[in-house]
Amino acid sequence: MNIGGRWSVAIASTALALALPLASSGAAPWQASVATAQVSPTAITLDGGPTSATDATPVRLDADLYVPNRTPAPAVVLAHGFGGSKTSVAEDAQYLVDRGFVVLTYSARGFGSSTGQISVNAPDFEVADAAQLISYLAGVPEVSQQTQGDPVVGFGGGSYGGALSLMIAGYDLRVDAIAADITWNDLQSSLFPQSSVTSTETGVYKQLWSALFFSSGLTSGPVDTCGRFTQAWCDAYNLAATTGTITPAGVELMRASSPATITENIQVPTLLGGGQSDSLFPLDQVNANAEQISAAHPDTPLKVVWHAQGHDGGVNETDRLRELTANWFDAHLANGPSVSTDFEVSLVEGSAISDRAAGTVSVLSASTYPGISGDENSTFTLMGPPQQILAPAGGVPAAITALPGLGGFGALARSALGLPLPRQSAAFISQPLETAGRIIGSPTATFEISAGKVTTDVTIFASVRIVSGNDRQSLPKGLVSPIRIDQVGPEPVEVTVALPTIVTEWAAGDRLALALVTTDQAYRMPAGPAVYTVALTNSILQVPNVSTTASAGGIPPWAWVAGALVLVLIIAVAVRLARPRTPTPTTDPELVGDPVAVRDLVQEFSGGLRAVDGVTFTVPRGVVLGLLGPNGAGKTTTMRMVMGLLRPTEGAVYVFGERIRAGAPVLARVGSFVEGPGFLPHLSGRANLDIYWRASGRIGDPHLDEVLQIAGLGDAVDRKVRTYSQGMRQRLGIAQAMLGLPDLLMLDEPTNGLDPPQIRHMRQVVHDYAATGRTVIISSHLLAEVEQTCSHVVVMNHGKVISEGTVVSLLAGRTGLRLEDVFLELVGEGHGV
Amino acid sequence: MTINASAPDSNVGEVTYNARHTLTVPTEFIRQVRRKRTLIAFILVIALPIIVVAAVKFGPSGNGGGGFGDGDLDLVGLATFGAWNFTLTMLFFGSGFLFTILAAMFLGDTVASEASWSTMRYLLAAPVPRRRLLRAKIIVGLLLTFLVMVTLIVTSFIIGLIAFGSQNLNSPLSGTFTTAESLQRLAVISLYITITLLVPAGIAFLLSVSTDVPLGAVGGAVVIVIVANILDAIEALGDLRRLLPTDYGGSWIDALGSTIVWDDMAIGAAYSISVFAILIGVAIVKFDRKNILS
Repeated sequence: MNIGGRWSVAIASTALALALPLASSGAAPWQASVATAQVSPTAITLDGGPTSATDATPVRLDADLYVPNRTPAPAVVLAHGFGGSKTSVAEDAQYLVDRGFVVLTYSARGFGSSTGQISVNAPDFEVADAAQLISYLAGVPEVSQQTQGDPVVGFGGGSYGGALSLMIAGYDLRVDAIAADITWNDLQSSLFPQSSVTSTETGVYKQLWSALFFSSGLTSGPVDTCGRFTQAWCDAYNLAATTGTITPAGVELMRASSPATITENIQVPTLLGGGQSDSLFPLDQVNANAEQISAAHPDTPLKVVWHAQGHDGGVNETDRLRELTANWFDAHLANGPSVSTDFEVSLVEGSAISDRAAGTVSVLSASTYPGISGDENSTFTLMGPPQQILAPAGGVPAAITALPGLGGFGALARSALGLPLPRQSAAFISQPLETAGRIIGSPTATFEISAGKVTTDVTIFASVRIVSGNDRQSLPKGLVSPIRIDQVGPEPVEVTVALPTIVTEWAAGDRLALALVTTDQAYRMPAGPAVYTVALTNSILQVPNVSTTASAGGIPPWAWVAGALVLVLIIAVAVRLARPRTPTPTTDPELVGDPVAVRDLVQEFSGGLRAVDGVTFTVPRGVVLGLLGPNGAGKTTTMRMVMGLLRPTEGAVYVFGERIRAGAPVLARVGSFVEGPGFLPHLSGRANLDIYWRASGRIGDPHLDEVLQIAGLGDAVDRKVRTYSQGMRQRLGIAQAMLGLPDLLMLDEPTNGLDPPQIRHMRQVVHDYAATGRTVIISSHLLAEVEQTCSHVVVMNHGKVISEGTVVSLLAGRTGLRLEDVFLELVGEGHGV
Repeated sequence: MTINASAPDSNVGEVTYNARHTLTVPTEFIRQVRRKRTLIAFILVIALPIIVVAAVKFGPSGNGGGGFGDGDLDLVGLATFGAWNFTLTMLFFGSGFLFTILAAMFLGDTVASEASWSTMRYLLAAPVPRRRLLRAKIIVGLLLTFLVMVTLIVTSFIIGLIAFGSQNLNSPLSGTFTTAESLQRLAVISLYITITLLVPAGIAFLLSVSTDVPLGAVGGAVVIVIVANILDAIEALGDLRRLLPTDYGGSWIDALGSTIVWDDMAIGAAYSISVFAILIGVAIVKFDRKNILS
């Protein structure tokens, strides 16, 4: 177990073996590559304090020195968490060296490759080691020095390393700033917590955490009941684990290793981090450190942060805390920008999506640190009759709340796992609350407990639960407050309990409950069975809150949406600006009388093929013009350019004097039929024409009946188009082109698929159409057809116009010849037509 | 913009043209709504709740339905609690893949199918301005997608009412809501799901103006969503997954807490709207300049 293996947190260590790899992968994966060139540390071995009380030989400490590009620079010593080594803090070291500090990491005695035995931050040993490190830094030329032998140095660490930072700051005046995260104030009250406010009795042994703590000191060396621990610590542990008690010697050991003994000496800027998801060193431990330091020296710069992580996992805030720590050292060791000493508390607004690290954190701040009692208090009335609860023999089955080492239990607190077992729990519940509210701090309540017969070693776990609609309970962060009473009999004992220090919100309509439970699997429980009666005394639940201002903790939801809408606006403007420019001039007044005027038209397709290559011709009003040419001559491509479907590479097309571009309004005067018909297959012929007319934006008489008559579909006009033959579609397509009787009609191969009578009919239709003064352009390969229908022709080949004029003029002087002969002569015999 | 189209002969009536009257939304709606695929989509979402009710009522009795997410949330297990819960469960089913496919179909097929029917050139030569054509296509595509969702919700509610009664929404996260809350939560969830559908819709639409093959546009969009789903499941990608459209699909769960947590939904909505705007912007600019060869 790597307790607080990284300075800022021991996050979500799901299994002992996984602790380290998991902790390192918790950070953003690309961080390493974004960071500037990595500074390689120099491995060194340093002399520490004496090996033991009887052996003055110094222990050998395995250390790494990181030197930044610019020196001399202030130094920061990073102390690792329990079970870790100098490599556990390498990532933090790398971050700090990038920020310009000389960083010294080392394996504490009894860990990694350092020699010596674990004495849990004892003043004579681990703290003496730290003092030796300062002396070493006094001789390193890259480290800025205050005076001879006194380097500019800060200490930082989490958990085990955090306690060491506090201890060395209390014992050694050469330390200039510290940052201590998720660590203890008093080891005994951490491992034997007693939440009864008035009681002086030993608390309940925190069995599971202690075991994890101890066993991580047994993982190297020979298999041995004491591992790398000193005999004194080993004895104290084994006694506690076996009997749940401590001897006076054990009490003294833990006291000596507790910052509580020297907090009054700490006068350097101190950054204290506490984890909301921490059942090992909960917020009240951090609070004790903060209150003792500020009580002794009110002027000491002290910043307290209640973040959302902790030994139990929680929500990852590593990046924020790492930056804050670096800023803190920068401000107090390197005269960098000052860092406010405002109290910061993270409020987790849980997203239910589990893979999103359980939600958004908003950081609230207050200018003064309010402690765990808050600066605003509300009281709520609890209700409920006296209730009997059973303490089962052997303490099992036990309620499961926080899971040491498993982490992330906050997310599970809603589920059935967090619920107490039946008959083992009593609950006193408020009325549904009218307004939503917040708890920041440790609520308190008073109750009385009695037993039918005298019972010793009475253990109760108290907690605040939030009860939502449908009786769904949640236990904030899975934290409980253990209470141990030496003896309870028929005479009720009154207990005032300091409930867990939590940061949470309730919604309007929720109820608050005081839950009293006889079991919790993380603690040692009495072996004998018992039944207690618990009852309210004054029915009051005191709930602390802190008046805070939300600081820049996260982007508010509306800002995201507003940002997106701004982006939409920008894109809308950009798209509007990207509108294709209208070619100028837009009209040519001289050409207004000509239905179509094509000028130097070129269409070059990708690959360099010039389908139309400099075509110029004019179609006069009232004529039927045939556009002739072999396949690939560019007839259809020209027609598509007239319709605005293709953008000319060069040149221009004018229709009634207006220059054609995509969607030019003048196209409303053109009816077209190009490369076969196009209809919605799921609609009837009539519906197709009707809808096409409506979609075309033209208002007026479409002459629907007339054009349908031209199509000659009979009853089929009301059948779906998908049932039509090719000839029927062809005729319907021509009819569609004639809708509204446009001034210009363009028909591309109109007689395809028509039989001779229909061709004759079509010829008559076209003739009559032109007789009204309208213009028709027909492209066809049936030359006899064109000869009989058209008055003018334009002959194209290879994308060029090779002849144009009236049919009469084309045949003039060529007596006896037909158009076909002229055509073949023009395009060359070799071409098929 | 009126063009006097009167012919030289005065016996022909006058025809005027106004670009603003081309391919109106109602006209495009009629063109699309009578297609078989539209009919099938609606039949599908009406049949789905009926099938689920039949499976619950007459199927082999299991252990109360599958789990959801972490195993903590049991949406499906609560499906039979009442009409509200049944509707929520159906939305959950639909949001997984069905709505995505339908959105991809309504927006992916819409332009490409005009190309494949050869109707596009006649519309553009009518002339329907190109941007107006896309506008009608997008609005009608989104409208049909929305109508399909509403149909599923209404059908599920009615069928749920008949089969399971009218009990208020029971959240897998935080107990039972009042009727007003149930309505509000369901509305928020439906709206959020609709907004997240903008991403597959936008992808499909961009593909639709890029190809003349309707199936290619719809299939392409669906394939992209599937690939995104697969990538989203790869934990090793870490925060990079936030760039994937599918990463935001489930955030509506946050509307089921005792209070609505907006953060994830706001991010998801902002993401979807932004991506949609970009894709549609690209589609419009691309279509402006496209040479119509179909």
